[in-house]
Amino acid sequence: MLLSLCALLAAAAAAQQAPPQSNLPEMGKLPAVPSAPRAQVQPQYVVVLDAAHGDGDVGAQFSDKLLEKDLTLGFSVRLRQALASRGIQVVTTRDTDVQVSRVNRAEVANHAMAAACILLHATATGSGVHLFTSSLGPTAYTKFLPWPTAQSAYVEQSLRLSSEINSALGHAAVPVTLGRTSLQPMDSFACPAVAVEIAPLVGGNTTKATPLTDVSYQNRIIDALTAALTQWKNDWRQQP
Amino acid sequence: MIPRFQRFLFGAMLLAAVVMAIVLIRMRERAHDRLMMAADNQPLSTLMSTAPVEKITLLVANDLDGSLIPVERSFPMPKDPNARARVLMQKLLEEYAAPKSTHPIANASGVDEVFLMPVPQQQGEMAVVNLDSAFVQAQPSGIEPETLTLLSMIATLHANLPQITEVRFLVNGQQKDTLAGHADLTRVYLASDTQTAVRQ
Repeated sequence: MLLSLCALLAAAAAAQQAPPQSNLPEMGKLPAVPSAPRAQVQPQYVVVLDAAHGDGDVGAQFSDKLLEKDLTLGFSVRLRQALASRGIQVVTTRDTDVQVSRVNRAEVANHAMAAACILLHATATGSGVHLFTSSLGPTAYTKFLPWPTAQSAYVEQSLRLSSEINSALGHAAVPVTLGRTSLQPMDSFACPAVAVEIAPLVGGNTTKATPLTDVSYQNRIIDALTAALTQWKNDWRQQP
Repeated sequence: MIPRFQRFLFGAMLLAAVVMAIVLIRMRERAHDRLMMAADNQPLSTLMSTAPVEKITLLVANDLDGSLIPVERSFPMPKDPNARARVLMQKLLEEYAAPKSTHPIANASGVDEVFLMPVPQQQGEMAVVNLDSAFVQAQPSGIEPETLTLLSMIATLHANLPQITEVRFLVNGQQKDTLAGHADLTRVYLASDTQTAVRQ
């Protein structure tokens, strides 16, 4: 009994030490095969437009008839058309006057795996366009990001996108104010994200301010955003 | 049949849970009393009437370029840090209520209380600023105006009371999601958040 056990152990040890017998021919004897070109997986270039507020959440009230929720929605629809005409795929968080929760907005943006997320806001304060990125500190990208601070992994890309938009608005002679803020749902967006807040265009002491509703002023901003997002297509990477 | 030792164990655990609940409730009450004692409910005019005049720096928001501008003022300042923080907030909001303000907010009496408390495991203190709802209603809505209001409060507190490193905002003693639809009030703000906005 003991002898047979010893024999079994010795056989097992010998099997571990011996190199495995291969039935394949040696690699050196194989004919040369040209390597196939590696398939290039091109990530889709998707832009998310998030028109702020909606339904009961009216946002800023500019007059009896003009509300921030309506202005951002109209702007979102026109910007979507401008981007689509350049062949850019657009996903919107709302297309009608409905209330979308902050969590749902972030879900739509994160599900789209977007190259750029633009949050559209409007205010009666200040002048020109205010560009805000998240005030979260940058962190390394990981596969699983905490929901409330997912934007932290994209902060550096967001700052680059903001710089791109700033440059385009500068070409369109629209004054820009850059800032950092803590804004929901932007902090939960897992994509390069910039909040674009449109303010009236305040002129000098002698000239009258251009109102938010001025179509040519809005068109200048839409053209600049379209140019910036077209340029961003060449500059972004899918992961930070 | 449940063994005797298990019944004894269950009874002991139930007793421990009840005692812990009573201790927690008492601790909460004591913390509340301590905060109420720390908060000086005297009117600001009483606090300032006997205080020596000091030079203070207000970080005043400017809507046109999104910056915070340091402005020096001289006011009677009480010695107690909680009262000083309250006076600072009051003076800042008076700047915003003044005609031709660079960041107009109609309501000047916007801060009910400021509580200072130590930050656990860190040096420095957290200021809890309790805003009143009338001020929140008077606050212009927008990312820029709301962010500037918060940053100017944080920067003014930190500039004059450097031990304040964190600030939290409440409205009528309750947590609110946003100031006026935009700036997040659910988070704790750091004094370092204001660095990019302050104009040198």
